[in-house]
Amino acid sequence: MFARGLKRKCSDGEEIAVAEGALATPSYSLQRQSLLDMSLVKLQLCHMLVEPNLCRSVLIANTVRQIQEEMTQDGTWRVPVPQTAGRGPLDRLVSTDILCRAAWEQQGEHPALDSASGPAPDLLSELSMAPCAQAPSGVQSCVWGAHSPRENKGSFQKSLDQIFETLESKAPSSVEGLFADVDSPYYDLDAVLTGMVRGKSVSSDGFEALASAGAPSPSSSCKRDLGELDHVVEILVET
Amino acid sequence: MLLSLPALHLQTSEYHPLFQLPHGRLGPWCSPTGSPAPLSCETGCGEGSWILVCRLLVPTQVSLLSMEEDIDTRKINNSFLRDHSYATEADIISTVEFNHTGELLATGDKGGRVVIFQREQESKNQVHRRGEYNVYSTFQSHEPEFDYLKSLEIEEKINKIRWLPQQNAAYFLLSTNDKTVKLWKVSERDKRPEGYNLKDEEGRLRDPATITTLRVPVLRPMDLMVEATPRRVFANAHTYHINSISVNSDYETYMSADDLRINLWNFEITNQSFNIVDIKPANMEELTEVITAAEFHPHHCNTFVYSSSKGTIRLCDMRASALCDRHTKFFEEPEDPSNRSFFSEIISSISDVKFSHSGRYIMTRDYLTVKVWDLNMENRPIETYQVHDYLRSKLCSLYENDCIFDKFECVWNGSDSVIMTGSYNNFFRMFDRNTKRDVTLEASRENSKPRAILKPRKVCVGGKRRKDEISVDSLDFSKKILHTAWHPSENIIAVAATNNLYIFQDKVN
Repeated sequence: MFARGLKRKCSDGEEIAVAEGALATPSYSLQRQSLLDMSLVKLQLCHMLVEPNLCRSVLIANTVRQIQEEMTQDGTWRVPVPQTAGRGPLDRLVSTDILCRAAWEQQGEHPALDSASGPAPDLLSELSMAPCAQAPSGVQSCVWGAHSPRENKGSFQKSLDQIFETLESKAPSSVEGLFADVDSPYYDLDAVLTGMVRGKSVSSDGFEALASAGAPSPSSSCKRDLGELDHVVEILVET
Repeated sequence: MLLSLPALHLQTSEYHPLFQLPHGRLGPWCSPTGSPAPLSCETGCGEGSWILVCRLLVPTQVSLLSMEEDIDTRKINNSFLRDHSYATEADIISTVEFNHTGELLATGDKGGRVVIFQREQESKNQVHRRGEYNVYSTFQSHEPEFDYLKSLEIEEKINKIRWLPQQNAAYFLLSTNDKTVKLWKVSERDKRPEGYNLKDEEGRLRDPATITTLRVPVLRPMDLMVEATPRRVFANAHTYHINSISVNSDYETYMSADDLRINLWNFEITNQSFNIVDIKPANMEELTEVITAAEFHPHHCNTFVYSSSKGTIRLCDMRASALCDRHTKFFEEPEDPSNRSFFSEIISSISDVKFSHSGRYIMTRDYLTVKVWDLNMENRPIETYQVHDYLRSKLCSLYENDCIFDKFECVWNGSDSVIMTGSYNNFFRMFDRNTKRDVTLEASRENSKPRAILKPRKVCVGGKRRKDEISVDSLDFSKKILHTAWHPSENIIAVAATNNLYIFQDKVN
């Protein structure tokens, strides 16, 4: 009895317990997912400040890494878009969906740029095919991208070019729409993004407004444009 | 004694909207009502009976009420969105510190102001007034600034105040905001020279040709004035936010620590500092740890400690090398696997580190506990005290509303036998290291009458709630006690609760 108890205790190492929990109870993975979503929103808000509370953002980033590692281990780490689609309150889904996509898109971007093929159409497929092992580094670069000046100038320039290219090739008229909307002062954006955390109604409305202005094209490209919008937003905040 | 330092004060009042309030913001509220209690002080008894001595309310009542509402609605936001539209936010006390004799008590607030309180002088016929503190001096230490290079607003909030040991009639203190440390001299003047004929009334030198005689000035008594003058400004040495300053026991140097670096300064030299710790990685993407607090050893001027967001403490010896990248001692407790969660790292992040007066121990505060470490044992603390363990099950919501990032501080009593730290709901905790007893007290307007004994509070953990207990769910997380101070030799404590400063004293029969 005693020995069994002991053994059980030993084998109940965290990873196993965690992995079992993840498989057995969908609520655990759901909670983990919502924690991840929440953390990503917090991180994104950190990035909107020139000088965020460094301690806080480091701790949040470490939490994100930790969740990712665990998700990578039990194989649940993939593009969050389809996974989260049917669950949880809609407003959070919309917002975090964008955030997660932004993270992945940033990762997918670099190979896309290297290969001479048009960046836009490949993006989605590359995203969904990105292997799990790449995940941590991908999000990491997203996490700290805004802080490292030597890198971000270049990549933002690239992504800006890319956005122009995409928009021109697809829907030239939408460019004005996009920038008319984005031109509004960034504290509006603050309000929108803050609303994402606090209020429920503001958030999705704000983003839908942005989205509809930026992407009049059919549903499939809508998501991508949302991600690109996010980039533009980031650039604007940076500058 | 009294306050008068309107020179500086008035200047700032024109600038700062808050000073336009009807009576200014300084209305010390000390009420000597209640029956005179025979008081004496006995160090070492700590968590006995405490009475409220006075409550020093910094702003007006009007702004107090409006602020409480504001805090509720802005709870989620205020820690990561800078916002100055709520003027009353400026009144929130952000640091409290006794001087080395305990005669003075300084507070700094989010509005960049320093208020110094002085202990009421003892007198035979006013025994009950002992331990009361009145406003002595107030000045605007830091102003909001704008960094044009980074296009960034630098908050005026006072992050820390540290007194220098007194060496003459004047008092000196260091105050710091996120970027700039200032050395202030606070001195009294009760005489002025009269009959000086080299200068005119406005203090300008007269044309020597017009002076035919020399008159020797005479010092005449005048109303006591307390002047605060900035003596040194130590700027432009920190890229990140300064979280700690600490005066060295050599009295000639001090250090300032930000998230990634620690600098060493000489009090006389403002244009040069020495970087003694730098944990900034070459690539910021690899950043996983920050410095959260730092302090010099109270007696050994070559030794200091700093704590990190990973829950570790490093002790460094400046004799070993100029850049203390390698620690001399490394204090870390192995993680308890049974308590592991996604929040483990966040709650183990150290928010404050303090040497004991003796220099033998270090106390650290993390989110849920206070730990006491022996300098001679690095692998685990010798004592661990639970501050509010009932919050362990609420970590997710505390993460969501950002409370989990609150930086609680901790203090020792004069004899290192009792430690004190804050919690939520205006509660603060004391732990007697000898008897292992602990107590939860509350600093609140409603529940504490002057000279009444503070009633220990209890938080109900699961099960049935008793009559005078409060349940975890009804705790007010917007009312947090982050900053407290303990008189260096007596059992007098100062507790900052948002914009109120409470002074409690132990009641000994």
